[in-house]
Amino acid sequence: MLAKRIIPCLDVKDGKTVKGVNFVNFRDAGDPVELGKKYSDDGADELVYLDITASHEGRKTFVDLVRRVAENVSIPFTVGGGINQVDDVEVLLNAGADKISVNSAALRNPDLIDGIANRFGNQVCVTAIDARMEGDEWVCYINGGRVSTGRKLIEWAHEAQERGAGEILFTSMNHDGVKTGFANEALAMLHDTLSIPIIASGGAGDYSHFYDVFTQGKADAALAASIFHFNEIPINELKQYLCRNNINVRI
Amino acid sequence: MKIAIIKYNAGNNFSVECALRRLGYEAIVTDDPNEIETADKVIFPGVGEARSAMRYLQQHGLDKVICNLRQPVLGICIGQQLMCKHSQEGDVDCLGIFDAEVKRFDAVDSDMKIPHMGWNTINIIKGGFIPKELNGKYVYYVHSYYVPVNEATIATTEYIVPYSAALHKDNFYATQFHPEKSGDIGEQILKSFIEL
Repeated sequence: MLAKRIIPCLDVKDGKTVKGVNFVNFRDAGDPVELGKKYSDDGADELVYLDITASHEGRKTFVDLVRRVAENVSIPFTVGGGINQVDDVEVLLNAGADKISVNSAALRNPDLIDGIANRFGNQVCVTAIDARMEGDEWVCYINGGRVSTGRKLIEWAHEAQERGAGEILFTSMNHDGVKTGFANEALAMLHDTLSIPIIASGGAGDYSHFYDVFTQGKADAALAASIFHFNEIPINELKQYLCRNNINVRI
Repeated sequence: MKIAIIKYNAGNNFSVECALRRLGYEAIVTDDPNEIETADKVIFPGVGEARSAMRYLQQHGLDKVICNLRQPVLGICIGQQLMCKHSQEGDVDCLGIFDAEVKRFDAVDSDMKIPHMGWNTINIIKGGFIPKELNGKYVYYVHSYYVPVNEATIATTEYIVPYSAALHKDNFYATQFHPEKSGDIGEQILKSFIEL
């Protein structure tokens, strides 16, 4: 039976892991390769590395990091941040990444998804969406949650799927960093609308939040950062907890 | 030991190379027929699309090279699919080593997402290169097409239908999952192939 996935996310700036709380005020949380290996040993099912460096030199550092992750870690990993064209993807895949994620660039230029899927296959192309609940609508944001696009979550997620996205990584900006649980209603709606896997992100603060996201939220995978980086919830204990509660996880 | 990883347009060669290196083996990544034919073990990896991959193999004469190999050959993911007779992906004739038709998953309800992506368990049905003690263990999959159960099937996985997780016929071995991405379990399977 297909297992529900637990995915630690590592934000990387200038070769180091950071995690924002509501996208500002970064705190340092260690070496990305060492942290990735530790998570793999603890039972993480995949890793996500997001490059939040803007400079050209930082970019080269990130590609080197991707290569070191591929050399040292034996589970799949996705990389994202700063991917604006199909050629950017090739560099990262050649460095050993299994999947890439696109976010703002895909909203600005949706053809990017078609381009990546046609050249490397749908499974490579994770489309990340940051959205905020406004009134009774989920609205998509770009540029690290700073700029509203006015696009509606479900409509954009569906378009991304039709264009060739292999997975949707949905981050609720209302829930991110607040540690009160995932956006389960919106996640369940995405699940029922789409035919590709959904990765839930934003809001993990307690063991029960993961149980809820897999049952109420119907998510295929759950992603979190700070609670893992600061060992507030050890991944092996989280998986034991989920297993005891009849969620199918890889142990 | 000389290990050749076949280089073509649907490769995740570097990941396979890294996994072998973690096991203490160096491999060469090559599309040179002579290098492939003289290797002790050949790995035919892949992430990609069947039709364009087959066209590339034919253009480079690698289709015949692969079919005529006598040493152990391991196909991975699309590598396994290309070793079958025909694929629905792009409606293309493949290498025909395994007598099977590659089919697309047909989702029956919204709980069955396609691609089949993530960790699923293997059920070993025949002795082969996958150690028996790995029965029931999780391995990593990413695919939208599958090889139905056939007489070469040595392990199955269930997703929508039970299908071929691994195949074996003569000197040809194949896995639909990615041993190079399946943690310790995957590394044990790769090691077992290398030590055949």
